[in-house]
Order: sequence, then C-alpha cells, then structure tokens
Amino acid sequence: MAKMIKLWVDNIEVEVQEGTTILDAAKETGKKIPTLCYHKDLAPSSNCGVCVVEIEGTKGTKRACSTPAWAGMKVITNSKKLRELRKTLVEMMLADHDVVCPTCEQNNKCELQDLAYLLGVDDKRIPKVLQKKPLDLKSFSIVRDPNKCISCGRCLTVCQDIQTVHALTINGRGFEGTITTPFDKGMADSPCVNCGQCTVYCPVGALHEKSDIDNVWDQLLDKDKYVVVQEAPAIRATLGEEFGMDPEEVTVGKMYAALRRLGFDRIFDTNFSADLTIMEEGTELINRIKNGGKLPLITSCSPGWIKFSETYFPNLAENISTCKSPQQMFGTLVKTYFAEKEGIDPAKICSVSIMPCTAKKFEANRPEMRDSGYQDVDYVITTREFIKMIKEAGIDFKNLPEEKADDIMGKYTGAATIFGATGGVMEAAVRTAVAILSGEEMADVNITALRGMEGIKEASLTIPLKEGGELPVNVAVVHGLGNARKLMEKVESGEKQYHFIEVMACPGGCVGGGGQPYNSTIADRARRGQSLYKEDAKLTLRCSHHNDEVIKCYEDFLDAPNSHKAHKLLHTNYFERCKITGDTIKETTSKH
Amino acid sequence: MKFYRSHILIGIDNTSLEAGVKEIEAALRTELDKNNLSDEINILETGSFGYFGTGVSMMVYPEQTTYVDVKVEDIPEIVEEHFLKGRKVSRLILNTNLLKKYNFNYKRRIVLDNSGKIDPENIEEYIGLGGYEAWEKALINLKPEEIVNEVKASGLRGRGGAGFPTGLKWSFTAPIKAEQKLVVINADEGEPGTFKDRLIMEGDPHKLLEGLMIACYAVGATKAYIYIRGEYKLCIERLEKAIAQAKEYGILGENIFNSGFDLDIMIKIGAGAYICGEETALIESMEGNRGEPRSKPPFPGVKGAWELPTVVNNVETIANVPAIIKNGAAWFTEHGVEGCTGTKVYTMMGDVNLPGLCEVDMGTPLRTIIDQYSGGMKDDRKFKGALVGGAAGVFLSDKLLDVKMDYNSLEEYAAVLGSGAILVMNDDVDMVEMLWSVIRFFRHEACGKCSPCTKGNEVLYTLVSKFRNGEGCEEDLDQMIEISQAMLDASFCPLGQSLIMPVKSAIENFREDFLMKIK
Repeated sequence: MAKMIKLWVDNIEVEVQEGTTILDAAKETGKKIPTLCYHKDLAPSSNCGVCVVEIEGTKGTKRACSTPAWAGMKVITNSKKLRELRKTLVEMMLADHDVVCPTCEQNNKCELQDLAYLLGVDDKRIPKVLQKKPLDLKSFSIVRDPNKCISCGRCLTVCQDIQTVHALTINGRGFEGTITTPFDKGMADSPCVNCGQCTVYCPVGALHEKSDIDNVWDQLLDKDKYVVVQEAPAIRATLGEEFGMDPEEVTVGKMYAALRRLGFDRIFDTNFSADLTIMEEGTELINRIKNGGKLPLITSCSPGWIKFSETYFPNLAENISTCKSPQQMFGTLVKTYFAEKEGIDPAKICSVSIMPCTAKKFEANRPEMRDSGYQDVDYVITTREFIKMIKEAGIDFKNLPEEKADDIMGKYTGAATIFGATGGVMEAAVRTAVAILSGEEMADVNITALRGMEGIKEASLTIPLKEGGELPVNVAVVHGLGNARKLMEKVESGEKQYHFIEVMACPGGCVGGGGQPYNSTIADRARRGQSLYKEDAKLTLRCSHHNDEVIKCYEDFLDAPNSHKAHKLLHTNYFERCKITGDTIKETTSKH
Repeated sequence: MKFYRSHILIGIDNTSLEAGVKEIEAALRTELDKNNLSDEINILETGSFGYFGTGVSMMVYPEQTTYVDVKVEDIPEIVEEHFLKGRKVSRLILNTNLLKKYNFNYKRRIVLDNSGKIDPENIEEYIGLGGYEAWEKALINLKPEEIVNEVKASGLRGRGGAGFPTGLKWSFTAPIKAEQKLVVINADEGEPGTFKDRLIMEGDPHKLLEGLMIACYAVGATKAYIYIRGEYKLCIERLEKAIAQAKEYGILGENIFNSGFDLDIMIKIGAGAYICGEETALIESMEGNRGEPRSKPPFPGVKGAWELPTVVNNVETIANVPAIIKNGAAWFTEHGVEGCTGTKVYTMMGDVNLPGLCEVDMGTPLRTIIDQYSGGMKDDRKFKGALVGGAAGVFLSDKLLDVKMDYNSLEEYAAVLGSGAILVMNDDVDMVEMLWSVIRFFRHEACGKCSPCTKGNEVLYTLVSKFRNGEGCEEDLDQMIEISQAMLDASFCPLGQSLIMPVKSAIENFREDFLMKIK
C-alpha cells in the first residue's frame, strides 16, 4: 500500500497516494486544472506551462501535470496572477499559430481553440510571430501542417516512446526548432509507418490524414462509375459515439443505411474478407505446423505493422503471413470475383474502403497491390472522413432505419467482427483452426485470455487432433508497435518461441486506429473493443468457416483456401526498407 | 639541476594559439640559439596569465617584465635588447602605470593561484606547489562525511550561476546506497563572454582533477565525467594529458594510495548548445540524447545520468575544493563575506583597460573590480552600465557601482552574479542594441521544448526589433516586461526563466534609451 498524504487544493482537503500529481489530486476535489500539452494516456512532456499552479509559502509556480503532490501542501489553482499568466501563454501560442479555425480539421474539437475560448484570450494583443512553412503533403496517409503545431510534444511521445517508430523528431533549436521528420525529408520519405497515432493525439490540426473525401464524392457523383464500398469492423463500434448514441452499441444497420444514402452502388463489408482471411491464414498456419514451415507465423492484417516489420525486422519477413490484409483481399475480389459474377467492367468499378486506419491509405497505394489488373482499392477514407461525409450529406444518422449489406460479399460471422479489437484475429483463427484440426466445433468459442488491453498477451492451447493425439500451440498477441518491438526482439533472439503471433500496430487494435476520432483515449479503445465482443456474442454464426458467402466464393471462384488462384489473388510479398527514408531496399520474400 | 639566468614564461591558451604563439615561441628559440643564449635563458610554457587581454604575452623572471601583443617580428629586438643588453623593450611592456596603480598580483587567489605560473602539462610542477596534498589528505585521513561537512562549513556555493551550497548538494547524494554514483563536471561554459572555466582548465588542469577526485570520494562515486564543450580543444588536450599523468603517478585509477578506492575520470565532449549547461539537459546530452532539460524531481543527485545518482558541479566550484580540504573551512571563510565565502573569478569585458580574468574576494564592489583589477574605464570614458552575470544577467546602472558583488547582496537588487561575466559599457553604448543582441541569443539558444520560452523569446525579439527599427511604443515596453514575467512563471527551465533579468533591468534602468528610439 502506497502511503497516503493529505493536501489542500483551493482550500479543499484531499487525501491521495504519495506520488500523485497535483493535477490528479485536484481532480479528486472535483477540479480540472486547465491543461494543453498534457494527455492522460501519455507521460507528461511539461511543455506548455498552462497547468501552472501556485503553492502557498513557496516562490514561483509549479506545473500541476508533472509535479507530485506533497503532504500538507496548499495548492492555489486560480488567482489573478495565474489567470493572467494562462491568458498570456495561450496568446503567445496563438501568435505563432495559423489561426484558421473554420477550415481546420480540428474545428470544434481543437483543444487550443477550447482553451482560448474558455480563458477569454485576446488573439490580437501580442504581435503575430508565425513564419509560415510549407505543408508536408507527400505522404499517402498523413498531412503535417507545421504552421499549426504548438510543440506540445504529444506526437513525439507517441511516435518515439509508444510506437518506437521515430519518424517524428525535433530539428533545429530555439525558434527555428520544428517537429518534423528526420532530416526534414517529409513523412513520405521517413520511417513513418503511417499508423496515424500522432493524428489521434495531436490537440490541434497540425497532423491529420490526407483527405480523400473529394475523390470519393467525385466518384459517387460520376454516373459512369460503379462505386463499391467496404467498412472495417472497428467503424461500427465507433460511429455511435459521434452521433449521440449509446457508445457501447455497434451501429451496423444504420451504417449500411448511411452508405446507401451517400450513394454507394454496392454496400459490402470488410468483415466478409476478414472471414476469408481466417480461412487463408488459418490454412497457412496449419500447413506450416504440419509441414515444418517457418514459425512463428505472424499476422499481416495491420499495414502499420507490416511497414514497421519491413523497416526494423526484415529478418522476420518469412515469418509474416503471406496473406493480404482483409481490405486488400476484398479489393482484389471486387474487381475479379464480383466483376465477373455481375458482368461489370472492372475498369468502371471504383472500390472504396472505410477504415479506422491511416496506414490503409498507404497500403492501398503499394505498387504490388494490383493483382486484379487495376489498383485493387481505389480510395480509403478514415472513420473521421466518413463521419464528416455523413454530416456533410445531412444524414440524420441516429434516426436511420436498420438496413442490410448487399449480397455476395456482405455477410460475416462473429469471428470477423472481433478483428477490430486486439486479440480478435487470434481468437477467430483459433476457432477455425481447432475445428479443422480436431474435426469438431469448439463447445465454447470465447477465448477470454486473448482479450483485453494488456500490451502483450500469451496463451498456450492444446488442440486435440482428429487423427488422434494432441497439438500444443503457443500464441501471443501484441498491440502497439512498442510492444511489438519488445516481443519481436525476443522472437529474433530465440528467447521466446510461439506458433502464432497477432500484431496490431495501434494500441487497442483497429478500434484504436489512427483514423479513429481525434483524442481517442485508451479507455475509448477498450470500450469499443468490448462493443465488438458484445456483437460477436449476439451473432448465431461465430466462426469464419461457417460464412456461407465465403464458402460460396471458394466454390465458385477461388477453389480452396491456399489454392493456386487464392495465392495469386489473396497473398502478397514483402520488402526490406531503409530506416531513414522508408524506401524499399530489396524484396525479402517472393511473390507466390 | 640546471640554472638559468632568466626564465621566459609564455602563456599558451586558445587566444594566444590563435595569435600564433607557437610560431613566436619557435622564433624565440631560434633567436636565442643564434645568440648562444639557450643555456642561459629558459623558455617555459604556462597557462593563460588571464588578465592581460589578447595576443601573445610573455613574462620574464626574475625581473617580472611582462610583454604583451608580441609578434614574430618583435623577437630579434626582445632578444637583443633585453637578453643581450639588459634593456627592456618598453614599447611592448604592459602599461607600467597601470601595473603600478592596480592590484593585479592579488595574493588571495584560490582558484587561479597556479595559472600563469606553472606548466599545466607537467604534473610535477603542480605537485611541486603542493598539488594533490589535499587529495592524499582526504583519501587517507578523512572520512567521506567529514569532507562533506568541511565543504558545508566552508560555505562554498556553486559558481555556475545558481549559487547552490555545494556541501548541501553533496549531502543529498552521499548517503544514497547505489551500485554506481557519478560526479559530473559541468565544463560546458556557454554563458556569452564567460571563459573563466576555460582558463582554469587550460592553466591548471590538475586543480580541477584534484577537486573532482575529492568530490567523488566524498559522495561515493567511482566514476566521473567532465562534460566539456567541443570548442575547448586545448582544455580537452590538457585534461586528457593530466588524466593520463595522474594515472601514471597512481593518483587516479585503482586502489589509489592503497586506500582501496577506485576512480576513473572520463571526458565527454559537448556539441555547443547553450542549454546543455543546464544540469539535466547536460545529462540528457551525456546519455546521447537531444539536449533538453528534464523534469525535477527526480533531482539528478537522486536519479541522474543513466538513472544513477549524479552530482553535477561547475569547474570553478570544484577548483575551490582542494584548497578547502588542505587549509580547512575556517581558512576559506576568511575570504569573502558572510553567506558568500571564498573568491569569485570574473570575466571582465567591454570598455575597460584590461579585459580578462580576475579573481577577487566575494563581496568586492563592482567599482573596485573595474578600477583596481581591470585597469579602469578605457579612454577614461564615463561608466554607463554593466551586464553582470552573462546574457542571462542584469544590466546594472551606475547606481549599483558600490553594491557588494555576492549572491545575497545582488539578490536584494534583483540582480545575479551568474557565471561572473561582467560586460562594462561606456556612455556610448545603446541599450536597445544590447538588449536586442541578448534576446537574439536566447531566441537562437532556446532548446525548443517548452512553449513559454520558445514563443516568449520570439515575441520579445519581435518587440525589441520594433525599437531598433524606430517602430516601438511605450506599451511595447510594458508588454516586454509582461512576457518575460510570464516566461519566468511558466518556462520549464532556468533558460526561459531568466529573460526577465536582462529585459526588465534594461528597460527600467535605461528607459531613456528606448524612449529615444520612439519616433
């Protein structure tokens, strides 16, 4: 038990554990001290100074976010001096900020805007010192606007400490110091893996996705184009939050209804190809185990993880599943299987995907992702862009009817829906692998050891084999690239041995993706994951091999999991990448 | 042993190296050879004489004649006149009037007592003057806590700027049980116009090493680093030599003096960022990271470099330690004033006759320092003000000429001693230009971490530039004080917190200069 200490915050007594910050102690008294650079998920950078408080009997001020409370201290969170000081600090930030609120991606969500309004600052009082710099627009995924950056340092903490990518750094010092990529080469020519976590934590509009909204509208409004859409599992666990609905419920039917009203010609679901992924990846796993193939097998659904592994762990290339991600499997099938079935010219099809992810934009643009003969996925929009489109179109989301997805690539099982949460892919794979190996369905398909927000989860399973005997299988699940790095170092050194590892680049899995609403906290991510498990529990079909549209797709088109055709269309290869520029150096696996 | 009729001491420091001292020394040898004087006249290299301004200086013993600004072409004349004919070359002699009038051979030096006397590259000369006696005494006769207490009793305060009591600092780290503790010497000396640490290290590197060794033993550190700025090439060279010599003599290394105490000293070279003089930024830089300050707590004394308890002390601070241990705290407290004992080494710059270093007792008034140790005002101009304490210091007006120069007395006038840099200005100097240049420096050297400092400096720079361009108004002056006050209240580290001192003092003490620029 940690020692308890007593202190006073604005004359209100409070008892907290030793080591608690002044900020958290104040919270206990029901008071939120103004903050800007601070974020509860991240170690405090102490950069902005907005949270300064006075302590009776001491000189000067202390930062509430990073100063531990001490016994008997008397904290003053509001005084004339502090009010004036906070105003001045925010005014200085605005003097160096491109104040273009109405057109900013963060308008109405911006923490600087909020604070400036609440403190009642005068943004004209201090002379403007902003020296405009060019925007970094070359990345497929992320736009960096240095003119809005307030140097809070959150993106640095996320990129360097949590994701361990080190694509963002400070160049130069003093006023010339800028948060940018190594050698200021731009996001496209950096080790950035496009995970977009920086965009989620940026309190202003300095980092956001590269928008494809206009491109998608152009396609939707073009009568000659047949626009097909897929949505990732995580989307349905997130939309409710934004439209004033119960955030714990998924919104599948209304999501389909909204897409129809936006004018998409065919509404499918990425969950279909998630089930398909399990068939392909599960088969790959079983083959590798049975035939002495390279183990551990590591999942390949997360494009942020893929680029990370290509950059930092090229030696593990052969361990990574050759399966494309569900988005890319889907894209290939739309322009082959679907086009063939429906007799539509694939050249006229525009394939759009709605993803919680910024890295999916990069993935769709990878040169090798053209197995249909066309770019398999034409445009990727994030959850945030999707929400903006729904609002722009004036759709009353909350009151929409519950509708269904369209046939042949719209059905899914519970196994697919949990893809959106950390551990979900592993759980889905185990459900199907056990059924295939043992010849019997699992009595209870819930594998709770693989669920939850712990950074690295491990489980050992014993699978009874239909030919007799048992197969012990060790699995691990990691989310967040920092955790992935830790685990992969152990795998590379041989300290840890597994059969199968699930990796998701973003903390919490796809529900915590870089395309999800700004300021998605760890708590938000956990809750969204729970919503997906809840939906899974409600569904009658909960194993991928029970998806009849997937079964039909194999019967009519792909032959069988891991067939020659499946390999040609649904699998891919990897590269080694430069740690400074992210450029491909050489192929590390060959195309099947 | 060989006896010489005369000894010529040549000051080798960065300044004289730039002025070509090595060529001049070679020319002198050749010239002495030519005149068959090599057996009679000995040439000795020493550190900087410290207080004689720029150029190449040499001092001839026993007559104590000092030649300054010596050029190669002067050598034949010096040899012929001085050493053959016994007539001093008066045109090269340091202004004798000044020497008579002013008290340069100050006898109470503690830190600089060997500088300009001994060959800094020869450990035996240091030992010959009593060097390493304190180290031996500490290691053989004293317990670590006795040393800490002695330093506490001496009242020694940090000479890097903040003036924190050194013994107290040590007493936080000494009792901590840890596998490894560190002592780090802050030799980054980034304060503009300050070069006292450079001359201490160039002139008497063993004194720093001896102090450092005592500090390590006192706090229980078996590893020490000297974090030194990369530009200080000669210091680095001399310190490396000194460390090697100390190891060779068994003064440093394993089982020193059979005491069972091991110590290793390493040199870390900095890349020249001002912020790295701040102790936590220095630690970050030592670890190989970008130099940015850390949150305190934890304080470095508890959790510093590589998470080990780390004591960080300034060069001048540590150079006081051998004398304290050798002569005792009571002897030390005879120097200086109550609450601020010992001496202070000042770097004198600007409009004085003899810019350079001087070491005087704490509490000596600015007027005395200028008139008696710096040759007085140059060209007998009127004193207008002085920037005391480096760029992060205070612009003092003539009203404060008689204030005692020590931490406590200056604090009463919202001023600081800082690093001991004193920039003296005559009545020609425009304070707007001075302040502009100080702010420009900080705008460049702010690390970029915290926004109160980064943005504040830029706003200040914009405002002070308005005055330079004749576009300022009185409200701008108020806003500059307001901004620097906000920087004091909200900046993460002392860099941003100290702008208030130059800004407020320049505007309040020299308001007329600013008003004159308003059109």
